[in-house]
Amino acid sequence: MTDITERGYSNPDILVSTDWVADNLDNPSIRIVESNEDQLLYSSGHVPGAVEVDWVRDLNDPLRRDYIDQGAFEALMSRIGVTPDTTVIFYGDKNNWWASYALWVFQLFGHSNAKIMDGGRLKWEKEGRDMTRDVPEYPATEYKAQPRDDSQIRALRDQVLAHVEAAKPLVDVRSPGEYSGERLHMEGYPQEGAVRGGHIPGAKNVPWSKAVNPEDGTFKTADELTAIYSGEQGLNAGDDVVVYCRIGERSSHTWFVLKYLLGYENVRNYDGSWTEWGNSVGVPIEK
Amino acid sequence: MADYPGKLGEIIEDFEELLDRRERTELLIYYADQFVEVPDAIASRPFEENHRVPACESEAFVWSDPQKDGTLKLYFAVENPQGLSAKAMAAILDQGLSDQPPAEIAKVSSDIVFTLFGNDISMGKGTGLTGMVSMVKALAEQSLNAQQN
Repeated sequence: MTDITERGYSNPDILVSTDWVADNLDNPSIRIVESNEDQLLYSSGHVPGAVEVDWVRDLNDPLRRDYIDQGAFEALMSRIGVTPDTTVIFYGDKNNWWASYALWVFQLFGHSNAKIMDGGRLKWEKEGRDMTRDVPEYPATEYKAQPRDDSQIRALRDQVLAHVEAAKPLVDVRSPGEYSGERLHMEGYPQEGAVRGGHIPGAKNVPWSKAVNPEDGTFKTADELTAIYSGEQGLNAGDDVVVYCRIGERSSHTWFVLKYLLGYENVRNYDGSWTEWGNSVGVPIEK
Repeated sequence: MADYPGKLGEIIEDFEELLDRRERTELLIYYADQFVEVPDAIASRPFEENHRVPACESEAFVWSDPQKDGTLKLYFAVENPQGLSAKAMAAILDQGLSDQPPAEIAKVSSDIVFTLFGNDISMGKGTGLTGMVSMVKALAEQSLNAQQN
C-alpha cells in the first residue's frame, strides 16, 4: 500500500499509519482509543496504552435513542485522560467502522483533534505488533466540551425527508440485499430491525466496505475512491450528501471517507437510518 | 428461570452468577479461545450459503450431524478472524448442546444470548448472535422432522 501522503487525499493528516502509532506509543500529547463492534476484542488484547470507548456504554444515552449529552461527554473525556489539546487516535475492528463512528460522535462535541489509524486493528495484528491485556489508567482531566452540535454533520428524519423531496443525493451504504429489501432466505430469521424493507427514494447503493482494501483494512487511494463515488455514482465534492445504513455506524465510515479523504464539504450522517426510516409511518420507500 | 438441557444449563448458571462486566468478558473470551472450526469432513470452503447465519456480521456458519445415539453434533465456522463474540457463542452452543437430542435443542430460547452477553449488547450484535441460536434450533427441528418422517 502506498504511503498515506501519496494517496491524494484532501486531508491526509486525518490518518496516521501503524508505523506512526508504534513510534508514538509514549507520546503524552496523544490518546489511543480502540472502538470496536465486538465488545470482547479490547479485553482480549489491544495496542499498548490504548483505552476503550464503547459506543453502547460510552456514547449512547442509556434511555433515549440519542447520543450522550455534553456533561456525559466531558466525564468520558476526563475518564480517558483527554484534554481539548489531546490528539485522539482512533482504531478498531471491522476496518475502522466503529472508529469512524466514535470519531463522528466526538466531532458532535467539537473534539476535531482526532485521527484514525489506517488499517485499524486488522493491520496492527497482521503486522504482528505488540498487544497487551493491561488496561491503562490515566490521570483524570478537566475537559470543557461545547454543547453537542447536531446541525453540521448529523441529519435527523425530517431533514432527510426534506432532502429526499429536494431530490438531493443520498448514499445507502448497506449491502445490496438490505438496499433492495429482499427477504432473507429463510423464514423466521431476524430481519433488519425494521417492519419495511427497501431504501430511501433516490439513494445510491455503495456498500461502506468498498472504500477499503480488504486484505489490510487500509483506505483506498483518492483516485480509486473518486472512481467509485463520482465515476460510478455521479457524486461531486460540492454536493449536499446524506449517508445512512441501519443505525448510522457503517455510514459514519462513508461520511469519513467523503468528508476527509475526498473533501466533500456537506456530508451528514443520518444515524436514525433504516431502523428509523423503515419503521416510520408515512415516509416514502423505494425497493 | 428457564430450564436448559445438559451442559448448557451449567454454562448459563455460571453466567448468571457473574458479578460484573469484566468477569463476563473474561468468561466469554475463555469460551472464544476454545472455539473449534468445522472439520473438512463435514464442510469445506466455500461454505454453502444455506448454512450461513443470517445477519451475523462475523460471517458465521452452522452445521448439524445426527449421531447414531439420536443426538445432534453441532459444527460452526466464523469467517471473521476478529469475530470473538461469534466464536464464544459458537463454542458455548457446541459444548452446551452437542450431546443433546434435537427435541431438546429445538426448545432452547434465543434469549440465552442476553443471559450470556448481557442486555447492553448492540442491536446488530444481538441480532447476529440470536440468529446463530435460531439457526441451531432450525437445524434441530429439521432433524426432528426427518426422524419423524
